[in-house]
Amino acid sequence: MKYPTQKIALAYFAVAMALFAIQVLGGLLAGYVYVAPNFLSDILPFNIIRMLHTNSLIVWLLLGFFGATYYLIPEEAERDIESPMLAYLQLIILVIGTLGVVVTYVFDLFPGNWLLGKEGREFLEQPLWVKLGIVVAALIFLYNVTMTVLKGRKTAITNILLIGLWGIAIFFLFSLYNPGNLVLDKMYWWYVVHLWVEAVWELVLASILAFLMLKLTGVDREVIEKWVYSIVALALFTGLLGTGHHYYWIGTPGYWQWIGSVFSALEVAPFFAMVVFAFMMVWKGHRDHPNKAALLWSLGCAVLAFFGAGVWGFLHTLAPVNYYTHGTQITAAHGHLAFFGAYVSINLAIITYAMPHLLGREPYNQVLNMASFWVMSAGMAFMTFTLTFAGTIQTHLQRVLGEGYMDVQDQLPVFYWMRFGSGAVVVIGVLMFLYATFVPASAKTPQRASAAPAE
Amino acid sequence: MRDTERTGTVMPETAGDAAADEDRAEWGPLAALPGNPMMWLLIWSELAVFSLGLIGFAIAWILDPETFRQSQATLNRLAGGINTMVLVSSGFCAALAVEAQSRKQGNAARWWLAAASLLGLVFLVVKGMEYADKAAQGIGIDTNNFYTLYYLLTGFHALHVVLGIVILIIVGWRNSLENLETGAAFWHMVDLIWILLFPVVYLMR
Repeated sequence: MKYPTQKIALAYFAVAMALFAIQVLGGLLAGYVYVAPNFLSDILPFNIIRMLHTNSLIVWLLLGFFGATYYLIPEEAERDIESPMLAYLQLIILVIGTLGVVVTYVFDLFPGNWLLGKEGREFLEQPLWVKLGIVVAALIFLYNVTMTVLKGRKTAITNILLIGLWGIAIFFLFSLYNPGNLVLDKMYWWYVVHLWVEAVWELVLASILAFLMLKLTGVDREVIEKWVYSIVALALFTGLLGTGHHYYWIGTPGYWQWIGSVFSALEVAPFFAMVVFAFMMVWKGHRDHPNKAALLWSLGCAVLAFFGAGVWGFLHTLAPVNYYTHGTQITAAHGHLAFFGAYVSINLAIITYAMPHLLGREPYNQVLNMASFWVMSAGMAFMTFTLTFAGTIQTHLQRVLGEGYMDVQDQLPVFYWMRFGSGAVVVIGVLMFLYATFVPASAKTPQRASAAPAE
Repeated sequence: MRDTERTGTVMPETAGDAAADEDRAEWGPLAALPGNPMMWLLIWSELAVFSLGLIGFAIAWILDPETFRQSQATLNRLAGGINTMVLVSSGFCAALAVEAQSRKQGNAARWWLAAASLLGLVFLVVKGMEYADKAAQGIGIDTNNFYTLYYLLTGFHALHVVLGIVILIIVGWRNSLENLETGAAFWHMVDLIWILLFPVVYLMR
């Protein structure tokens, strides 16, 4: 750690990891409700569990992005963060908002209240006061990091990171616009949901991945920059109009079926480029960095994002296919592997890389961390296959043969049991990761000798 | 000739060029292409999009040949043919602009670029007349599957003609040889896509 203000990242990572634990436990609970539908139905209904599962995921990923930004901007800009005080204030606002959200959801407080009640749109259920708090926190954050970069060295990595972060804040503003017309409501809703995960988050992902490749492989910055510009260009070229693949059946004109199908079919391209990029850099790299676990997570991120977001996304993105698969367990399979592969993995990669520096330790508990990668990834891959099979059967019985929704659900428990099991494996992997990251290693943990000086 | 310029060996007096050439080498296999490598990434992306569009058009035709045949008969083939000549001539002007620039004749290059842009405008006017004619007959993008694809493919292409003219104006203003090559590469891509669109959408039965 070269700059004292990089330490801000530690607080962000700690809160993010706490929410990560809550998120996967919520997921496990939801997975159990799938096989025992009346479990907790009076005190904590399924829709609330699902809200906690998805909302905590998004918040912790964002906190991870913020932490990653506070960690890598000083090194890239070669100066300290403009105001550490503002950075901690931002975190406090976000934590208060998160706690407010959890309490409001769980106890169903202030239903229907315009300011305090939950707003009901999927993923954007947060009460208005929390949304406004998020906007304030985003403004503080953007001021803080933009000023730091403007006064310091400007690199491709920070430029793309800032464009991505500004995009996140700008598109979030559409969550405040809730037109009465249901078609327009959905249309703008996707401006937040789609343009986050399939456009601007990809910029943040590419930027963090580039930073990790720069540090871990030692390949020239100029080479890495060209890859990142290419990946980002592909992501925006395909991802922006790719929004059309959400406009097939919401009441928008029919030509969206063509625009959405064509552009979203190509969304696999930036993810494929990321795989080639990551492996090329490792292959070309001359640095034997001691933090093997961070490298494993980086490569795993590229590969799993390619399969989860790219391949599993393509699986049901063409309008004629989506006509049958829309909203089945195929979507759940894609959602799980895409979020885990792309955004969970990149966060865990940067955390794995940064924590030894933030805590002033050598890379530690590498074996346990790497084992947690395989356990988590295996659990998530099994869950994805299970849900894909469940979704295929569901599509055939329900959409092709026309059986009733619940009649079909009654034929799927074997898959839901296997999904619950694989979810438990993921939770075990997460606990292993948290232990490996936060609990200091004992002195006799074997360390790998580093051949080249590490950054 | 351009290749020797890029290696920097023939112009040792400019250190900046040597740095630029080193910068270029980092593009790997893209380094050998004329113009900016990022433009080629865009060109391949565009070709992929229009290819998927034309494949979709072919599949939609197979699924409903009667509607497609009847609808296609309403298209103005003469206008499409004229536009093909216009755009190919425009591409030739862009190529001559690059040729003139490589001989250090900056003014001639600008005139050729102006001619290329002007022909691009002629294309847009003819296209606009076709659209106006269709609109007068009450035919729109939602009339049937054929017209949805007709408007999407030709409309998307026309937007690229607009963007191409803007690019030609920009490279005429900042007229380094690399910029001209970059702009001409985009303009030829717009040509190429039209040469694929015209027979598939207007002519093939």
